[in-house]
Amino acid sequence: MNSLGMNILSLFTRKSTAPVARERLQILLSHERSTSCNVGLIALLQKEVLEALAKHIEIDPDKVQIKMERRKDVSLLEIDVEIPIPATDKPSSVASKISSRPRRTGQAA
Amino acid sequence: MAEVLVVTSGKGGVGKTTSTAALGAALAQAGQKVAVVDFDVGLRNLDLVMGAERRVVYDLINVANGEARLNQALIRDKRIDTLHLLAASQTRDKDALTEEGVRRVIGELRERFDWVICDSPAGIERGAQLAMRYADLAVVVANPEVSSVRDSDRIIGLLDSKTERAENGGHMEKHLLLTRYDAARAGRGEMLSVEDVLEILSIPLLGIIPESEEVLRASNVGSPVTLNNATSAPARAYLDAARRLCGEDVPMSIPMQKKNLFDRLFGRRAA
Ligand SMILES: Nc1ncnc2c1ncn2[C@@H]1O[C@H](COP(=O)(O)OP(=O)(O)O)[C@@H](O)[C@H]1O
Ligand SMILES: [Mg+2]
Repeated sequence: MNSLGMNILSLFTRKSTAPVARERLQILLSHERSTSCNVGLIALLQKEVLEALAKHIEIDPDKVQIKMERRKDVSLLEIDVEIPIPATDKPSSVASKISSRPRRTGQAA
Repeated sequence: MAEVLVVTSGKGGVGKTTSTAALGAALAQAGQKVAVVDFDVGLRNLDLVMGAERRVVYDLINVANGEARLNQALIRDKRIDTLHLLAASQTRDKDALTEEGVRRVIGELRERFDWVICDSPAGIERGAQLAMRYADLAVVVANPEVSSVRDSDRIIGLLDSKTERAENGGHMEKHLLLTRYDAARAGRGEMLSVEDVLEILSIPLLGIIPESEEVLRASNVGSPVTLNNATSAPARAYLDAARRLCGEDVPMSIPMQKKNLFDRLFGRRAA
């Protein structure tokens, strides 16, 4: 279809954008309104999660990240913990850099 | 006892200065003694919208810093003698305004007027916070558009935390003035509806000012729209809003646009 045809068609099918605006605002504002009170909660969680983990594994405190994301109906609490791999388990540095490609079956052309 | 009202919004260009002039004039037209105060230091415009730009000698900063007396700085409106303007400084730095100075000026204005209306600068920084600092109530100006509504939400947060009244544990009264409302576009679902904005901001509605070329026309000639053409749609909306501020119970109708032939034929509607 040529672009003129597209434009005319889009005139007929144009959807109202206000509901999208409204939805986006509601999500954004509920997040912005809550961030100030969440700061304290997140700091507390950060401290207690660290304490709990430290009893069992060795971790770098900077590698524990806690984030809260507010969605329309629920909030997502994301706890990201990076655990170092003990030196003995690490693959040799060269081995990890050798290219590996999917095995090709069939005949070369 | 005077009421100190701040007209604020966060976002610029939504109609604060227009609304300050129109509401101030409307209240004065109703016989109230009104002072409108321009807090937009460095970008003063209220004098221009009120048609008093050539009469400014002293300004808010001069009075706040004790360089001039309030009497010397207040400009009486040529059309309504209960309406006065205290202009902002055009040349001084905005940091020349101190909290203590503002407190004294507002205190003095309180004794002499029924209404002190503070036209806030845009933004959420110091200038906007000084304009709202000693207010008793706020008119939050918003356009039916995402960035304006978001900024209004921030301003509502500041009104509830950074004003003297809020700090003293008092309740800050807030009213929404929805301006530049285009009924046709709202009807087609291209703009947030009145209901949308009210639901999101959840403060009571003081008025809906339609988008109208009368506003530009009035500012061209330096006259608040309620004075320039009192029967025009935006003037009537401002006059009604002023009556609501005075405690009158004035019914509100949401501006509607009749559907045109095209919309009828193709059944476009707002979801
Ligand atoms: N209801 C309206 N209809 C049409 N134009 C408007 C309306 N309200 C304000 N305007 C225009 O919008 C511009 C910004 O208004 P202004 O009052 O200076 O905003 P602010 O003080 O919030 O920056 C001006 O050009 C003004 O004439
Ligand atoms: Mg302005």
